[in-house]
Amino acid sequence: MPILDVKDLKTYFHTRNGTVRAVDGVSFSVERGETLGIVGESGSGKSVSCYSLMGLIPQPPGRIEGGQAILDGEVDLLSCSEKELQKIRGKKISMIFQDPMTSLNPYLRVSTQMVEALRMHETVTKKEALNRSIQALEEVGITEASQRILFYPHEFSGGMRQRVMIAMAMITHPEILIADEPTTALDVTVQAQILELIRERQKANNSAVILITHDLGVVAGMCDRINVMYAGKIVESGTADDIFYKAQHPYTVALQRSIPSLGSKGKPLYTIPGLPPDLSQPIPGDAFALREGLTSGGKWDSTPPELVQVSDTHWVRESDVILPPLEEVLDAE
Amino acid sequence: MSVNKNLSPSEKRLPKVSVDIDAIESGTSLWQDAWYRLKKNHLALASFWVLGFMAVFCFIGPFLTPNDFQSTDLESTLLSPGLEHPFGTDDLGRDQLTRVMVGGRVSLGVGIIATTVSLLIGVSYGATAAYVGGKVDAAMMRIVDVLYALPFTIFVILLMTIFERSIVLLFVVIGAVEWLTMARIVRGQVLSLKKQEFVEAAVSLGYSTRRIIFRHIIPNVLGVVVVYATLTVPAVMLLESFLSFLGLGVQPPMPSWGSLIKLGADNIQLYPYLLIIPALFFSTTLFSLNFLGDGLRDALDPKSSKD
Amino acid sequence: MFKFIAKRIGQSIVVLFVIITVTFFMVRLAPGDPFSQERKMPEHIKQSLMAHYGLDKPVLVQYGNYLKNLVKGDLGPSYVETRSVNKILASSFPVSLELGAWALLIALCIGLPVGITAAVFKNSVADYLPMSIAMLGICLPTFVLGPILALVFGVWLGWFNVSGWFIAADRVLPALTIGLVYAAIIARITRGGMLEILSQDFIRTAKAKGVPFPRIIFFHTLKGGLLPVISYLGPALAGIISGSFVVETIFQIPGMGRQFVSSAFNRDYTLVLGTVILYATLITLANLIVDVIQVIINPRLRFEDS
Repeated sequence: MPILDVKDLKTYFHTRNGTVRAVDGVSFSVERGETLGIVGESGSGKSVSCYSLMGLIPQPPGRIEGGQAILDGEVDLLSCSEKELQKIRGKKISMIFQDPMTSLNPYLRVSTQMVEALRMHETVTKKEALNRSIQALEEVGITEASQRILFYPHEFSGGMRQRVMIAMAMITHPEILIADEPTTALDVTVQAQILELIRERQKANNSAVILITHDLGVVAGMCDRINVMYAGKIVESGTADDIFYKAQHPYTVALQRSIPSLGSKGKPLYTIPGLPPDLSQPIPGDAFALREGLTSGGKWDSTPPELVQVSDTHWVRESDVILPPLEEVLDAE
Repeated sequence: MSVNKNLSPSEKRLPKVSVDIDAIESGTSLWQDAWYRLKKNHLALASFWVLGFMAVFCFIGPFLTPNDFQSTDLESTLLSPGLEHPFGTDDLGRDQLTRVMVGGRVSLGVGIIATTVSLLIGVSYGATAAYVGGKVDAAMMRIVDVLYALPFTIFVILLMTIFERSIVLLFVVIGAVEWLTMARIVRGQVLSLKKQEFVEAAVSLGYSTRRIIFRHIIPNVLGVVVVYATLTVPAVMLLESFLSFLGLGVQPPMPSWGSLIKLGADNIQLYPYLLIIPALFFSTTLFSLNFLGDGLRDALDPKSSKD
Repeated sequence: MFKFIAKRIGQSIVVLFVIITVTFFMVRLAPGDPFSQERKMPEHIKQSLMAHYGLDKPVLVQYGNYLKNLVKGDLGPSYVETRSVNKILASSFPVSLELGAWALLIALCIGLPVGITAAVFKNSVADYLPMSIAMLGICLPTFVLGPILALVFGVWLGWFNVSGWFIAADRVLPALTIGLVYAAIIARITRGGMLEILSQDFIRTAKAKGVPFPRIIFFHTLKGGLLPVISYLGPALAGIISGSFVVETIFQIPGMGRQFVSSAFNRDYTLVLGTVILYATLITLANLIVDVIQVIINPRLRFEDS
């Protein structure tokens, strides 16, 4: 049984300019100990879907319009009260965020913040909590942890702060860790280390990880399964193998083409023409076809395309968008 | 204006789109956006009209009243509001209606002129500090910090008692107190603009320094200056009335709202109208100025604490 | 951190010195002298009076003498009154101190809770109503509010005396006059500071850890949110002092403020100087304390070199 089973999640934002359908019928599941990657550009709904699970969406103007999110076969996160959610947050599901520079409280020592994470959910003495926190810091590779733990956040570098965040998130041995763009704000050299650390901590705790990113490269080494999102919907879902070698949805294909590879030195970068759609307007058909500069067969202009199963593990949303060929952008030089 | 640089071969092959930079820049400019937001703010709009009324009342009103502000009439002292004197008369029989109007002229006038003084000093000081940067900037702002710590009201009182009381001195003194905040704000704004990406973008697009300063930096600084100028006027008016209340501001027979309020305060037990009417005008004006200033601030920078 | 405190103390002493010097020479520059106010005095009597007080010596000599006495704690004789400046201030200072303390207490006890509530319940009635009333407080200066309070509660309702500083109840109206204005300002600043912190990422982290809302407000937000208020306390004190000039005049309170204005009018050099020194010391001390508190609360300020 999956540790998390999300069915038909819909989160809309009711603003003065219209209703933004940020997440529009998303379903996915996560098995214990597996890593699920959610990939998409800004505005695809990847972050909002996970924030909805945690109840972190500001309720006006946002609202969870429908769906279910069953945790461990028992609890529906979307119909929990705030009090119930507080017990789950940080204990069963932990989250780390994109910018470690701003995600820690600058006015409190790291020790205070870590001890709080623990004592919020377990009955431990302060001393015991401090010891376990020091141990957690050591596990994420922070040396001299017993002294450093008394530092304030600004005394750590960006990469180290993200390690602290991971330690703080994992100290309660959560079932699921949601990592929202954990490496985007970090130097490239540090990115690999942090991803490796997440994988290692995941194994040690046997947690599931949901990794949210816009970067296919990040997802490549880490994830067992990958969901590709576009305009609030999942457009392709499968194992890493399926997505990287057997991609079928034109958006996934386009994403892969945009990854610069070492062999294409000197050639212009492939870009997807057009812009993502305005989610405050209703989209009758294939959202990807709405991009300027893309041609489509027109079959799903006014009927919403469905998710179709292609193999045991692989699902694709119907689309007949024709991508501009690689060569059109390159010219003989 | 065409962006002519040495294009690489592949760049040359991009479709030629004629880019009218001026049209793009004038699209929905900062000002149009701000004006739109301001119009939607009913409180600020109402304040604007109130201030308009005040201006007309105070500057044009005295020409329309039958009395003038200084002629005394010892047989009609301390009359309650009535037909002949809609606001009553004071202890020397002078018509309160006209005196409130003229007092408004003084208060508003001092407000505007002193604010202009502090604006000129503050903007040039702050902009220079930010523009020059480095040690000069640090030194200039250190001076501001020290001055900030000084108990200014005390000095102002001292100055006003020591030297001959002239309107000019009043303006200078009040302006000299308020320029500090303006300097800090302008410096902060220029500094943050210098760092912002759109300046780098403009530079990389090949815009001349002059264009950058006039088309990009000054309009953005202007916004902040307008907001704080609108908020400085009531602060200045408060200071002037404070001084007049203590007898240190504008000298009789010239009234200001502050001195009128003083007279009212001295006579509250028997003649409350002498206090209530000028106080009402004064407070309403301050209220409107503050709301308008707040509204301008929200209109020009909607990220401020409202939402 | 101690280096920082030492530096600030040094700065404060310099500032005080500058204030004393500037005031000294400003007062001396004034036309007139302490003796030409009331009645016309025969010239020779005036000369001997001036000599008696050392006013005939060159200004710089007078300055030096003044500083010498200052270090000993002697503020000199008053020229207009018979007692020495020290004695005069000793009786008026405690009065103003009490007035100021009550005003500050009112300002904080009303302003802080109102501001915090407004921030927590942003955009609701609990936000708009107090903030609009607060706007009123800012636009009603002490010299308007005071007489109005005196009118309503003193004259019409008869609950309080409109002048004097005798019974406990006499404290109420004057303290309220100053206190309410600063309560309004503090409420607005607190709201702003709290909202600023609440919009930060680390609040989201706290929520994601499962921290309940009351704890988020009081443990995570308050420290940072109150910083702007704390840094405002310096100017607030200066404002309360200048408010006292007006309020003591309106309510006939025998405090330092009322005295300062009249001593400036009368060109009573030493009394003016003594008062300015006392005020300046108070304000400088307050600014120093406020700066130190800020450094204690905000750890990022402690590393000025980084």
